[in-house]
Amino acid sequence: MVMAQFMLLLYRSEAAAAGRSGEASLWAELNEALVEAGVLAGSGRLHGADTATTVRVRDDLADLTDGPFAVTKEELAGFYLLECADLDEALGYAARLPLARYGSVEVRPVAGEAAVSAGPPAREA
Amino acid sequence: MTEGEQRGPRGSDPAAAVARAFREERAAVLATLIRQAADFQLAEDAVQDAFADAITAWQREGIPANPGAWITVAARRRAIDRLRRDRSLADRAERLAGLARLGAGEDTGTDGESMIADDRLRLIFTCCHPALGVAARVALTLRVVGGLATGEIARAFLVSEPTMGKRIVRAKRKIAAAHIPYRVPGDDELPGRLHGVLRVIYLIFNEGYAAAAGDQLVRAGLCQEAIRLGELLCELMPGEPEVWGLQALMLLHDARRGARVDAQGAYVALEGQDRSLWDEARIGQGLRALGRALRLRRPGEYQLQAAITALHVQPGGTETAGWAQVAELYGALAELSPSPVVEVNRATAVGFAYGPEAGLRLLGPLLATPVLQRYQPLHAAHAELLRRAGRPADAIDAYRRAIALSGNSVERAELERRLRALTAD
Repeated sequence: MVMAQFMLLLYRSEAAAAGRSGEASLWAELNEALVEAGVLAGSGRLHGADTATTVRVRDDLADLTDGPFAVTKEELAGFYLLECADLDEALGYAARLPLARYGSVEVRPVAGEAAVSAGPPAREA
Repeated sequence: MTEGEQRGPRGSDPAAAVARAFREERAAVLATLIRQAADFQLAEDAVQDAFADAITAWQREGIPANPGAWITVAARRRAIDRLRRDRSLADRAERLAGLARLGAGEDTGTDGESMIADDRLRLIFTCCHPALGVAARVALTLRVVGGLATGEIARAFLVSEPTMGKRIVRAKRKIAAAHIPYRVPGDDELPGRLHGVLRVIYLIFNEGYAAAAGDQLVRAGLCQEAIRLGELLCELMPGEPEVWGLQALMLLHDARRGARVDAQGAYVALEGQDRSLWDEARIGQGLRALGRALRLRRPGEYQLQAAITALHVQPGGTETAGWAQVAELYGALAELSPSPVVEVNRATAVGFAYGPEAGLRLLGPLLATPVLQRYQPLHAAHAELLRRAGRPADAIDAYRRAIALSGNSVERAELERRLRALTAD
């Protein structure tokens, strides 16, 4: 079976994330399940979008913008890199993320061999 | 298959034999090759090549005894040729070896009837995968499962051929890049995914059935295609009642197609239709499909809609007693899958069964819903009920609203005719 890598990008608004510390056990459970299934290649939780810097190089000059690439109500909060057999399997895990109930999860296939090293499982604080 | 097709003895005309093989075998050959080559585009190109080869080869060597098997082998060879030429693929060697093994006959023994039937089902589920946009699902299903040319699909959906071509190419690219699986979903996912497949087929049917703009012939072709897809699904999933329900619904609607528009191109309501123009054979097929669905004893929305349509086509279906049954079925449908369409139709049926005031009471909450203010069928039904309730001034207002919202010339002409009849009184 050829495995493919899928990036799960987790978006949610600041407001929706507030007061969800009680979810910690749900995340831990899911992370354990991902490790057990052998699909977890990496994951991470990001600091807020107010800490983001966007880099564009135009005419050899780096242009830095304070803030995320796109300012939207929902911001990128974290990611998972999964190794799955197909899109359906990746979508299945995406739907199990607690955040999917109040935010959005974008699932993107990784092109070719991914060169992302594994990190510790992410956890939404 | 339509009646009156050229059906000369096999072996008489190579060009006709290729055309027939294309119609009858293409989807199955393609579906199997997609599994074997694990590449949608490659398989489609190779099958196309194989049919092109058949035209010259069958002319020269005569028509083979089993055209489907000939095309299968030719397509596999062409896939291997194409893979050899394409040096950019990282896993080329592995895939070539896999296809070559098939060519040597190692795997042909395991490709039994059930495996091949499953391939066609896989193909349908892949084309209707929810990760694709609805427009892309419809286009891809018609192109890949139905075998329609891109130009034909473009004409049916009133978009340019390049636009439709891009839509189809983009969908295929997403299937490959996003690893959309080529399989029939497991039991837990099946109900939802099957519903998505049925929706695509019904969308194709409705696009052909709705008397909107466009070439009548192209539109009739879409209805035929949807019914053909439904037939295939009935054959592949005979234990699913909603599959039979949708097939019944499409057949029963299609049976009345000839009576819906008169010689002048004007719309004819159900009550006024000339029953002699209904296709009795189609009605029989539809009722049999509905019977099969109901015997499986798992009701669903397509079965309910088909049951309503069946009542409409039965003698006395447009009388009070018939309408009471129709109203009851719409009530059940509203519980199962509530929508404005169902509510409006239910109010109309209740209006016929229990008097216009009862129908108007049901429309009340809909008319007070802001998002439905621009919903044309609501205002058309409202106008009709007001007219029958003896409130011509209110009816005139409602007809004017419905006419202003109407995007369909045949339907608008009918509403204008009814409005004129009222203002002339």
